[in-house]
Amino acid sequence: MTRYLVGRMLLAVPIFLGVVTIVFVVVRILPGDPAQVALGDYASRDAVEALRQRLGLDRPIPFQYGSYLAGLVRGDLGTSLITGAPVRDEIAHNLPYTLQLTVLAMIVGALIGVPVGVVNALTRNRLPDSIGRVLSLLGLSVPAYYLGILLILLFAIELRALPAVGAGDLTDLADSVRHLILPAGTLGLVMAAAVARFTRSTVLNTLGQDFVRTARAKGLPAPAVMARHTLRAALIPIVSLAGLWSIALIGDSVTTEIVFARPGLGSMMVGTMLQRDYTSLQSVMVVYTAFVVLINLATDVAYGFIDPRIRY
Amino acid sequence: MGGARTQRQKMWATLFRNRVSVAGIALAIGIAAGSGAAPLVTSWSPVVQDPIHRLRPPGGRHLLGQDTFGRDVFARILYGGRVSLLVGVGAVALGGTVGTALGLTAGYYGGRTETLLMRFVDILMAFPSLLLGLIVLAVLGPGLGKMIFAIGIVLSPPFARIAHGTTLSLVRQEFVDAARAVGAGAWRILAGHILRNILGELVVLSGLLAAGEIRIEASLSFIGLGVSPPTPTWGNMIREGTPYLIDSPWLSVAPGIAILLAVLAFNLVGDALRDVIDPRLRV
Repeated sequence: MTRYLVGRMLLAVPIFLGVVTIVFVVVRILPGDPAQVALGDYASRDAVEALRQRLGLDRPIPFQYGSYLAGLVRGDLGTSLITGAPVRDEIAHNLPYTLQLTVLAMIVGALIGVPVGVVNALTRNRLPDSIGRVLSLLGLSVPAYYLGILLILLFAIELRALPAVGAGDLTDLADSVRHLILPAGTLGLVMAAAVARFTRSTVLNTLGQDFVRTARAKGLPAPAVMARHTLRAALIPIVSLAGLWSIALIGDSVTTEIVFARPGLGSMMVGTMLQRDYTSLQSVMVVYTAFVVLINLATDVAYGFIDPRIRY
Repeated sequence: MGGARTQRQKMWATLFRNRVSVAGIALAIGIAAGSGAAPLVTSWSPVVQDPIHRLRPPGGRHLLGQDTFGRDVFARILYGGRVSLLVGVGAVALGGTVGTALGLTAGYYGGRTETLLMRFVDILMAFPSLLLGLIVLAVLGPGLGKMIFAIGIVLSPPFARIAHGTTLSLVRQEFVDAARAVGAGAWRILAGHILRNILGELVVLSGLLAAGEIRIEASLSFIGLGVSPPTPTWGNMIREGTPYLIDSPWLSVAPGIAILLAVLAFNLVGDALRDVIDPRLRV
């Protein structure tokens, strides 16, 4: 087990290094000199040169790469081109909003998706199954931000029941929960569609297994077969896919944050891109991909625990 | 030859027995025809402005109303579909070609080439697809061709994975040894023997990815990247409509329905292709 864990972790390091390198190179070839962009077209040449020196842009590229990596190791994500503040602080300010949103969305997705998938599997090819499958197909086809707009129209504009924009007052729990309901519901419904579809096929697969037949043959009542044998076995692949779903959710979380004008990592990323704040953009990208690498690692480790046969 | 024909007949039969698949294919063809032949469907221009009649609701001479500049929303949706479909075809073709070439090369040559290429694919996979498209577009700037390139890059890793995996299992088989024994070169073996055997799986994958591509394209243009205004895309129409949600919700709602229908249609087409070509891939 230890060997497997260490092996997986060692594999994650070069991938993360590769990601950081790609982001670094891409940001370096972005059009426009960052110092010139930061100061505007009418800045004097001396001012631009001074800023280039302060940012270290006059140094050779390999040197800049080295010092960026050294900074990352120390947890230093650079300073913003636009505000001059440490990027780490800005990310630390935005990250909690995004984590709140995605964690709550995953809970909503699981609470809706798993029961719907189980009911679909149990009523295979009958009416409840057909309704569930149509709904999950719609959920898989609707872009998250569009669902968000529809929910805003219904709950914020038509019914005036919930706030549509912002994240509310973070210190006021009730207020931030009210502001979370629509965005987390949007993202959660999109995820529920994928969860329901996968749960349906996994439960159907499990129902055909020998141990389920044995449980039935020895006279166990149907609910007990479902709860103790089928669901338990089916939950393993469903739970272990949770990490991958959270990765798939990242893109949708960006557009959801924009629709609901919520602060967060996604809004920050788009903002830094439109402002051409390249140092901030670079670090937000690195943080996002670090999450992906970590979640993949955690998924591999979880697989290793759940299924001891898996070894690389 | 008789055997091959019955198999083809069987494939068509499978396809048409499933009414949902048929509906999906019909919907996809309808959307493609509607936006391809847009000038025949509507006489309104997607870009000509009519500021006096801005924000007119649906009905009357303008089926889906008029936007902030008085442009016809229905015409803009039809013409906007061209962007989604062009980017779709272009990006899947580009991503499919590049990804397949990477996967074939890695699987056939093995060794250090394989490690290098597949690690690169792993790194690309570590980017969430929207973020990868976003950063590529940030470098390239706006434009239709650049959008195709950006999404092509996003779509290439899955093709590389599939091509790599299946090539690995095929190169050890006897027919490849036989081809090599009669003196066929690497190119001929890859193109003539291995590619031909994995083509089915690649077509299935293209179908499944086409729906994802439409979503990515719409998301990127919703964020404000890609094809620049006044050229309509479904994504930038939703974006332009959001400030007017309270009084003129149709501006955002109508193009969203177009995206929903298109993604739905291509999801169904992808499923149909999978059922017909390779039922083992069913998930």
